[in-house]
Amino acid sequence: MRRAESLLLRIAVYGAVGLTLAVLGLLMLEILRQGLPRLSWDLFAWSYSSENQSMLPALVNTLTMTVLALAMAVPVGVLSAVYMVEYAHRGNRFVRVIRAFTETLAAIPSVVYGLFGLLLFVGRLHWGYSLLSGALTLAIMILPVIMRTSEEALQAVPDAWREGGFGLGAGKLRTVFRIVLPPALPGIFSGILLSAGRIIGETTALIYTAGTVAQIAGLRQSGRTLSVHIFALWNEGLAQGEAYATAAVLLVLTLGLPALSARLSRRSGHGGGKRR
Amino acid sequence: MSQFRIQNLNLYYGSFQALKGVNLDIPERRATAFIGPSGCGKSTLLKTLNRMTDLVEDCRVEGKVLFDGKNILSRLTDVNTLRRRVGMVFQKPNPFPMSIYENIAFGPRTHGVRKKEELDELVERSLTEAALWGEVKDRLRKSALGLSGGQQQRLCIARALAVQPEVLLMDEPTSALDPISTARIEELVLGLKREYTVVMVTHHMQQAKRVSDRTVFFLLGEVVEAGDTERLFSSPQDARTGDYINGRFG
Repeated sequence: MRRAESLLLRIAVYGAVGLTLAVLGLLMLEILRQGLPRLSWDLFAWSYSSENQSMLPALVNTLTMTVLALAMAVPVGVLSAVYMVEYAHRGNRFVRVIRAFTETLAAIPSVVYGLFGLLLFVGRLHWGYSLLSGALTLAIMILPVIMRTSEEALQAVPDAWREGGFGLGAGKLRTVFRIVLPPALPGIFSGILLSAGRIIGETTALIYTAGTVAQIAGLRQSGRTLSVHIFALWNEGLAQGEAYATAAVLLVLTLGLPALSARLSRRSGHGGGKRR
Repeated sequence: MSQFRIQNLNLYYGSFQALKGVNLDIPERRATAFIGPSGCGKSTLLKTLNRMTDLVEDCRVEGKVLFDGKNILSRLTDVNTLRRRVGMVFQKPNPFPMSIYENIAFGPRTHGVRKKEELDELVERSLTEAALWGEVKDRLRKSALGLSGGQQQRLCIARALAVQPEVLLMDEPTSALDPISTARIEELVLGLKREYTVVMVTHHMQQAKRVSDRTVFFLLGEVVEAGDTERLFSSPQDARTGDYINGRFG
């Protein structure tokens, strides 16, 4: 009986892992199989035309968009988390309200963010379809993620270290930024990474705010990112092979991101961590 | 000479009164031990001496604690300066997740020491004073978290000494350590009390006996008896002190 149970459990566990890996593998394989043969240097030409659906403008826009949105959301998100964890009194009503708000924000579908951005940034503020409108919309969208992960990372830092800092006569500011923040950085980085993934993968919210023009865009110009590029190509139905090729590039980009961040946090985390 | 004069001190956590009308003098360059059963207020009084009680929400203090003739409970007290002069070692070793060197240099840097030679010298001197230099001098750049528990606690003592305090508060500093590490810390305290005023909370009566010159016995937030350690243990004047040191409760 026991044996049978444990065997069953083992099958279930291995089965679940196997299924997950199989789905992931199948997905990657299919995209690479369809996409790689269509990749060519022409697809990385400086400009897009209806004869050559270059993805380079979209690639550049993706990078710009990611940097812009993160540059807006990360400082606000991390500093808000510092306020909530380190400065506000425990059980503060204001903090509870903020927390409820951010949780609600995180659950809102991206199309709603898109519409909001369309009405406010594109319309009311007359910024038009632009990288700026898109980046601001995405910044609002990822803010809850960054706040939440930063908050958790800060809460995981033991109080004993804060006491140690205060006990040496280091004030609040120095204790928070020199003692508490450094060990929380890897956790904060993982939140930033998650957010970067959402930015790179976002389509709907950007169609409404950054538009779909295939050009290397400036701040106040419309430009499509890679995800939007795939959507547009597929929708037009004329260059679906190029859509696959773009998907392959996007896949590699997304896979490369964790590796890059692991490297970054290793470099920034010297002297810290649990290593001897 | 008294380092601290505590006058009519009352302390409340919300509506609970943790210290009741405490009057006590703590002598300079001596080791004073606070003993008593848990919840008797000994740690609370210790934390009042460098205002670590400020960190506890709903904590209210009445009365006076004179340090150097000034009431440190006053709003005008600069707590960061106070805590530099009145250092603290905690129950569990709490080295920062940094290198051994950075742990020690953190305090002096906080208080404005910038020159590398000066920092190097402070690090070596503090570690030597805490009897740790020999064990770590070749691994100063390694993480402090790799040290053993006893070494970590001595590192924390060195870290407290690096800001050149006058007083060292120790809150059950050996309760998380094995007997050998405990013995090393006690030995260390015997040396330190020549240079510093040491105030130590302990739940080990034997430790109080071995280490301290004066002992203060607390019960339910009150100071029951304070006196020279030898006298207090050999001929306690209050019946409750006698009962406690003879192990009848606590």
